[in-house]
Amino acid sequence: MFGPRLFGLVKLGAGGIGSGLSVRREREKRMHFVVCIKQVPETTDVRINPETNTLIREGVAAIVNPFDTYAIEEALRLRERLGGKVTALSMGPPQAEAALREAISMGVDEGVLVSDRAFAGSDTWATSYTLAMAVRRMGEFDLILCGKQASDGDTAQVGPGIAAHLDLPQITYVRKIEEIDAHRIVAERLLEDGYEAIESPLPCVLTVVKEINEPRLPSLKGKLAARKATIPTWKAEDIRAEPDRIGLEGSPTKVVRIFTPPPREGGEVFRGEPGETVPQLVEKIQGIVLGSGG
Amino acid sequence: MSESPIRVIEEKCVGCGLCVKACPFDAVEMADKVARIDLTRCTLCGACVEACKFDAIECKKTTAPAADLTAYRDVWVFAEQSDGRIASVTYELLGEGRKLADELGMKLCGVLLGAGIGDRAGELTARGADRIYVVDRPELAHFQDEAYAAVLIDLVRRHKPNILLCGATAIGRSLVSRVAVTVRAGLTADCTGLAIEAETGHLLQTRPAFGGNIMATIVCPANRPQMATVRHKVMKEAPANPDRKGEVVLEEVAAELLKGRTKRLNYVPEVDTVVNIAEADLIVSGGRGMQKPENFAILHELAEVLGGGVGASRAAVDANWIPYSHQVGQTGKTVCPKLYIACGISGQIQHLAGMSSSDVIVAINKDPDAPIFKVATYGIVGDLFQVVPLLTQAFRKLLKK
Repeated sequence: MFGPRLFGLVKLGAGGIGSGLSVRREREKRMHFVVCIKQVPETTDVRINPETNTLIREGVAAIVNPFDTYAIEEALRLRERLGGKVTALSMGPPQAEAALREAISMGVDEGVLVSDRAFAGSDTWATSYTLAMAVRRMGEFDLILCGKQASDGDTAQVGPGIAAHLDLPQITYVRKIEEIDAHRIVAERLLEDGYEAIESPLPCVLTVVKEINEPRLPSLKGKLAARKATIPTWKAEDIRAEPDRIGLEGSPTKVVRIFTPPPREGGEVFRGEPGETVPQLVEKIQGIVLGSGG
Repeated sequence: MSESPIRVIEEKCVGCGLCVKACPFDAVEMADKVARIDLTRCTLCGACVEACKFDAIECKKTTAPAADLTAYRDVWVFAEQSDGRIASVTYELLGEGRKLADELGMKLCGVLLGAGIGDRAGELTARGADRIYVVDRPELAHFQDEAYAAVLIDLVRRHKPNILLCGATAIGRSLVSRVAVTVRAGLTADCTGLAIEAETGHLLQTRPAFGGNIMATIVCPANRPQMATVRHKVMKEAPANPDRKGEVVLEEVAAELLKGRTKRLNYVPEVDTVVNIAEADLIVSGGRGMQKPENFAILHELAEVLGGGVGASRAAVDANWIPYSHQVGQTGKTVCPKLYIACGISGQIQHLAGMSSSDVIVAINKDPDAPIFKVATYGIVGDLFQVVPLLTQAFRKLLKK
């Protein structure tokens, strides 16, 4: 939800599957990795105006959604191993171009901004449709990488949504890519109670979790490239988006009310020697502990 | 195409500024006594339209043709299971779904997909479901994104549910995002509140955003089913009544729906995690104040005595003191236990985003000014290395362990 509304987002033979990253360069065609990124407000800076009870966005820094930086890093690592190019794609207002420049400064080859007033008010349905149409316009691609979710909306719906719009297989919550070649990928998906290895043919869509890597910092060369890069802006007609599938009109969900949750009140604080404070605390919380069947 | 979806009618605007105050996104400002809307910030939530006493703001609302929504009946709950074990979030959804179904005068139905799971349907009817749709096929033994989505899409198209609820789990979110796109339904993620709007019968879906800094209520007026994922541990589980019976419908599906392109090669349970913190009622969590990995032993000990799980802040995980699966917060897990004990955690907003909806929060920290105390129900200012062992000792005695 909240996607750009906030503007800030053939079965294969099993083959021998070993551990570690095995890479086979067997295709002449260049691999194309597409990373979908979103510009979001830096959450640490989000403050509530106590008088009006609303979000203060004045002076709040705009950053690349933290989860997306892992997707960028993983795409760069795949390019380093397999060759090819990485394109970053973002949907948002004109200033979201900054997020794409940041991606380029990390080493991404190209950036594309999808921006049009007609996209305003998009929910995750319309956002994933718009991004899918933009990917389609790019032509050939092998892998689409997304962060598992955006830090402002927290929906985790856009990645799988893109896969559904493009009728591609998906591996969500990826914590490790075990194997990849020009035709297939094996990746570990993180679940609540463990992880599973999933094999998929390419092209497919991945959403990645933080555990997958440590994103690199922009290099000097990267920063220079970012400054010089020309970033095309694609409008609704450029990606042949149907007017009734984008923006507010194309979004099945509507926000009817926004409010600030009642702040949690600070409670009772015990100070002094642990010999005194611990029994005081135990007295207060023993009911919960005993009640839960401890 | 590029006509603005929201605009200020300047002749009507008196410059009173009510809209500026009403805007939750700081997207309206006054310029020459006329409201100006910054479209890059505006989310078209309509708060300013409502606040304006002079009808000076116009927000383009969808003019979708009044689709025949009456054909869509019943409240569905996707029953997540693994190896035949029903996930507990399913029971929470049945508890909440029952209320919604009763209010709408509709049936509450469970959807159970798997292999050899037919006999589990009784567990769902015992928890309040009137009817269970079962698809029992060997290909569905484990969750597979495409096959599960294809089957669910098929059931939705044939039976037309009004509401479809699913747990906001890794599987749930991966599954229903695909379904919603394909059936052109609205989907709201990670809801913490559900209600029926009296006048319209629409589902009011409330969810946190911005790491819990704001809440949004969302409706889906013109599309069905109304789909939502619901956060675990927020709704109350439906109690089990073994005498309660319901209808079980064995569904046949076309074989081609079961063919996904992905293949599950293996599954590895997280051995390190004694208790899955997303499920835990009691969590003992450690942060930077733990100083080194060995020190987490005292938290594990307390958690074990309490029968709970061990959590951690990002700082502790980033320092490699404890695996990522323990991380609570914005880039980790969102937890909602009955009791959350934060040890040596300062309380950065990203951490609070993952645990502030816990019933009771206890903070143990040396620094009396740590922000964690602002959200804590109870706090101890002190050295956690003294406090935690004493707590363990006290509860061990109390619980006779």
